Amino acid sequence: MDGVTVTGVRAQARIVARADGRGGTALPVLDGEVPLAPRRTRSSGSEAKVVLVGAMSGPLGGDRLTVDVRVEEGARLHVGSAAATIALPGQAGGEARYDVRLDVADGAELHWLPEQLISAEGSDLYVTTRVEAGAGARLVLREEQVLGRVGERPGRLTSRLTVRAAGRTVLDQELACGLGAPGGWDGPAVLAGYRAVGQLVVVRPEFGERPVEARALGECAALVPLAGPAALVSAVAPDALRLRRLLDEALTRLV
Amino acid sequence: MHLDHTHPGPAALSADARRPDGTRRALRVGLGGPVGSGKTATVAALCRALRDELSLAVVTNDIYTREDAEFLLREAVLPPERISAVETGACPHTAIRDDISANLEAVEDLEDAVGPLDLILVESGGDNLTATFSKGLVDAQIFVIDVAGGDDIPRKGGPGVTTADLLVVNKTDLAPYVGSDLTRMSADAKAQRAELPVVFQSLRGGAGVADVAAWVRGQLAAWTA
Amino acid sequence: MMTRAALLVLADGRFPAGGHAHSGGAEAAVKAGRITDAASLEEFCRGRLHTAGLVAGALAAAAALGADPGELDAAADARTPSPALRTAARRLGRQLLRAARATWPSLELDAVAREFPKGAHQPVVLGLAARAAGLGPEDAAHCAVYESVSGPATATVRLLSLDPFHATAALARLAPELDRVADRAVAAARRARAEGVDALPAASGPLLEVGAEWHAAWPVRLFAS
Repeated sequence: MDGVTVTGVRAQARIVARADGRGGTALPVLDGEVPLAPRRTRSSGSEAKVVLVGAMSGPLGGDRLTVDVRVEEGARLHVGSAAATIALPGQAGGEARYDVRLDVADGAELHWLPEQLISAEGSDLYVTTRVEAGAGARLVLREEQVLGRVGERPGRLTSRLTVRAAGRTVLDQELACGLGAPGGWDGPAVLAGYRAVGQLVVVRPEFGERPVEARALGECAALVPLAGPAALVSAVAPDALRLRRLLDEALTRLV
Repeated sequence: MHLDHTHPGPAALSADARRPDGTRRALRVGLGGPVGSGKTATVAALCRALRDELSLAVVTNDIYTREDAEFLLREAVLPPERISAVETGACPHTAIRDDISANLEAVEDLEDAVGPLDLILVESGGDNLTATFSKGLVDAQIFVIDVAGGDDIPRKGGPGVTTADLLVVNKTDLAPYVGSDLTRMSADAKAQRAELPVVFQSLRGGAGVADVAAWVRGQLAAWTA
Repeated sequence: MMTRAALLVLADGRFPAGGHAHSGGAEAAVKAGRITDAASLEEFCRGRLHTAGLVAGALAAAAALGADPGELDAAADARTPSPALRTAARRLGRQLLRAARATWPSLELDAVAREFPKGAHQPVVLGLAARAAGLGPEDAAHCAVYESVSGPATATVRLLSLDPFHATAALARLAPELDRVADRAVAAARRARAEGVDALPAASGPLLEVGAEWHAAWPVRLFAS
């Protein structure tokens, strides 16, 4: 520490989706602070659609961003982002944090499909995504991390994904990679030189009774049933494009 | 989650003669011997000979996972739920002697799933002449050699040939073609094994199959006495 | 009564608890061409140590500290998305429990055998076995993190006919990191005693998870996982 304290940005976005009583979904809360700006876009059917705009400019070192989403009983919400999120080194230095909390009530449905998170050289980001899905909740969640922009070495990225469904934790996974991560992160047990890694979590009440069948999708991706009403696709790929293709393909197997 | 309360007590540890519910467990007979001597074929012949009179099951220990189990399935000697394959990490002798934990799981799971059973045959993957079964796993063992492997094997001895409760000399129909002297093999085996029995078997001609089955019946009679 | 030698008994690769049939993901990594020599084996082990090894160490330490085995087992499930790995961990847990009950008879181990007839995750059982052997959380964590690298090293010696001295030297080079990971595991386990199992580490290696499913689908393989 050099004695100069520069504090990063603290920003929060909040979205609440509620059944409007006419078969559609209302958004009684849709708040954001720079750089997080949620915008409602055209919806289809009973589902409300939101795009997170401007996430691209952050997070920088020292920032603390929080996204809080609550989907209430009977509501259907789809959240995407306008562009990839890029973790950059900031003036403030130190670790940035990005915490996403997704609460999906019994009988509610959430599609959480943001664009990639890119870890730029020199950045240091800790991301947590915590999902609480009620007994009859439905969820599709995609998370993609890209290590470095084209031709660039990655910064340090640690990402923890925790999914609770019907009262039990069905998934708790942390991936740490990039410069300064614990040893072996780029070795044959973890990433082996692959620069894009992603997960797709699908929660559906019917998976409790009839879990999906585990299936290797080549040697770089697998579809597996979790210990609860959920399925997971894990994949690694050389780049973001091929990762997206793998995850999209896997999702069609689940629909 | 774990609502299986069928076990009144914790599971048995190794060779305990009784199951947790107090009933007598199945007799366990091991079959070992070198690669290609006809262990799996002997197991198949035993199943055919005994399946109508006894409730039986088979555990295989393969070098390459499920090969032997799949042979038995193809031959349809038993319904598939009565055949279980143990994976051995390239070391079948370890799984039948030094670390029998996976095999004990397999025999107990079979008894739980398709029991009560009278007899479980535990087949080793093809191994060398020193491979024998742990007494913690089986109650009696059969060692299977064949005439084509050389008629000096009984003379050479080794723990399998010398100490197995039954020695089966297989493929006797091939003896004239490979130049093996059955009389000499018999005398050598007698010398190595004293009173322990030897059966000369030809699965092709059927000779000896009934003798092996009779020996197993005798073991079972002693076990349940 | 605490003895240091009890740790050697528990950590011995010949402890009969089924580990020899599992490669810890090394067989898949060898086939994918990611482990080709001693250097890539060492990097594989380093990655496994800091991911699955850290999680196993923390689970074992927490169990040794007396945390509820059921909660730890559920936490292990959530940290093991691959069903092939969940099955392998339970199977190994059951085998270890059998060996531990015979080695260090204890009412606590008997109770776990009753609660988990199909087996609890191996690191949880390892912690309980350490406890039954009079060992502490540091010992349990060391045992678990060491197993996370010794299994793949032994398997790779068999799979690649790798020089066993080179494989052992790789393990020795990892020793200081093993100590640090074990310390982190124990610290996390103590935190989890106060804050609940969510405080346990959840480090993961995507290729370990994905590779395990790929491996499980092979018709022919040498190791069970």
